[in-house]
Amino acid sequence: MSDEFQIKNLNAFYGSKQALKNINLDISEKTITALIGPSGCGKSTFIRCLNRMNDLVKSFHLEGDILYQGTDLYSGKWDVIDIRDKIGMVFQKPNPFPKSIRENITFGLKIRGMKDRNILEHITEQSLKKAAIWDEVKDRLNDHALSLSGGQQQRLCIARTLAVQPQVILFDEPCSALDPISTAKIEELMLEIKKDFTIIIVTHNMQQAARVSDQSGFFLLGELIEMGKTQDIFTNPHDKRTEDYITGRFG
Amino acid sequence: MNEKQRVNRKKLNKSLDKLFLILGFSVTLLALGILLTLILDIVQDGWGRLNLDFLTHFPSRKPQEAGILSAWVGTLWIMTLTSVIAFPLGVMAGIYLEEYAPQNRITNLIEINIANLAGVPSIIYGLLGLGLFVRFMHMGRSVISGGATLALLILPMIILSTREALRAVPFSIREAAYAIGATKWQTVRHQVLPSALPGIMTGTILAMSRAIGETAPLIMIGALTYIAFLPAPPLQSQFPFLHLNGLFDPFTVLPIQIFNWVSRPQKGFFEDAAAGIIILLGIAFLMNAVAIFLRTRYQKKIRW
Repeated sequence: MSDEFQIKNLNAFYGSKQALKNINLDISEKTITALIGPSGCGKSTFIRCLNRMNDLVKSFHLEGDILYQGTDLYSGKWDVIDIRDKIGMVFQKPNPFPKSIRENITFGLKIRGMKDRNILEHITEQSLKKAAIWDEVKDRLNDHALSLSGGQQQRLCIARTLAVQPQVILFDEPCSALDPISTAKIEELMLEIKKDFTIIIVTHNMQQAARVSDQSGFFLLGELIEMGKTQDIFTNPHDKRTEDYITGRFG
Repeated sequence: MNEKQRVNRKKLNKSLDKLFLILGFSVTLLALGILLTLILDIVQDGWGRLNLDFLTHFPSRKPQEAGILSAWVGTLWIMTLTSVIAFPLGVMAGIYLEEYAPQNRITNLIEINIANLAGVPSIIYGLLGLGLFVRFMHMGRSVISGGATLALLILPMIILSTREALRAVPFSIREAAYAIGATKWQTVRHQVLPSALPGIMTGTILAMSRAIGETAPLIMIGALTYIAFLPAPPLQSQFPFLHLNGLFDPFTVLPIQIFNWVSRPQKGFFEDAAAGIIILLGIAFLMNAVAIFLRTRYQKKIRW
């Protein structure tokens, strides 16, 4: 398996406040990587570096290298639109567009110039099926997306991301606003789509990390304390702080 | 404080409470009453003159034959031109300032000045219109000068309401669009602007209903008070069907016509003025009603 991402000596700042300290890690393609850690430890900041979502924050800047398929994302060789073409993102709070279910899926295709109705129709169905929401919405694709429940909205957002065929999908605490049943559905679908996508997930839920991920990283106060196979991290952590966090002694 | 004092105090508190309620109610009633009296008075004076002839006749020396044809057609021209000029300019400026402009001193300066411009007395805009459009740009005392002047007047209001409407669109919608690879313009055009449009429309219509009653700036640029012909109509039967010569014709508008009639000594013109006011009020109410309708309708439709 080749490395999709290679992160070298990454430091990130909001103004003068340092949010990430000297992060080094590699992420292989077609795996699920979970990032865990207490609130404010920098894991969301980290994941938002990977599709340059932090560009929207004015005071933000970073140092170091984030190589994606061998090329630095911040080097000027990548256009930010091309990056997001390859690297999709699902957010903490479901954020469907205030339009119909169908339009939520087709927006990403239409802005790429796709017009053929049959193809749009086909991709809409495929994406909704992959996101395990097709059966619930197939009879009401023209309904307003905000008439769906929170869990359905989040799966719609996942379908919207799948529709534009990225290679990587970043999940920023995708289940923190959802009930356990919706959470289970989303975990199941992550395992399902893993064969086609590289997945990186930020989560507060350690059971979730243990259930879905191949490798895990533990963040604390902006540092990556430990990174390794999920099984090792959860059963045999090397660092005392990781152990304390996982066993619930703090955090 | 003994028991009796407490009871008395409570009684006093309750009476004060009631007193304020009565006071507030009567003040509200008074305000509404005055407005209603004015409207009733106007309707009483003007109702007899309201008929089709009044709408289709030019002003005349004889009050019974006078009509407001040139005034309402002029108002229609001016309002159309004002909105055609001010709406795109205001919305584009609003989008630029809210979504694109870098946060720096120049942007700040522009923002402060736009807010100030919204409060500048309208006669100042009349002076500006006279100097800029009528004299410098040689557009004459024409409909286009009038429309452009009123467009300048409402431009700050449209920019401000556009910005406010854009700001009300949650940031998560922008993030969602960016995250699936939309450019800034695609995000604004397809997601942010449609969500903000009802707010922008409401602000624009309210600004327009202010412009429709403006008299001072139009007198300033030289709108006529007596006029017995219309600007050339834009649609004609010969090729190329669209003629814009009318843009450079002189004009009058409803408030100016009303003002002109009110200042005449004859009782008959007073009735004409009242009838004109009814029509002007009717148009202004209608525009406000449309604004309220748009607001409630889309507020129900868009939920975050």
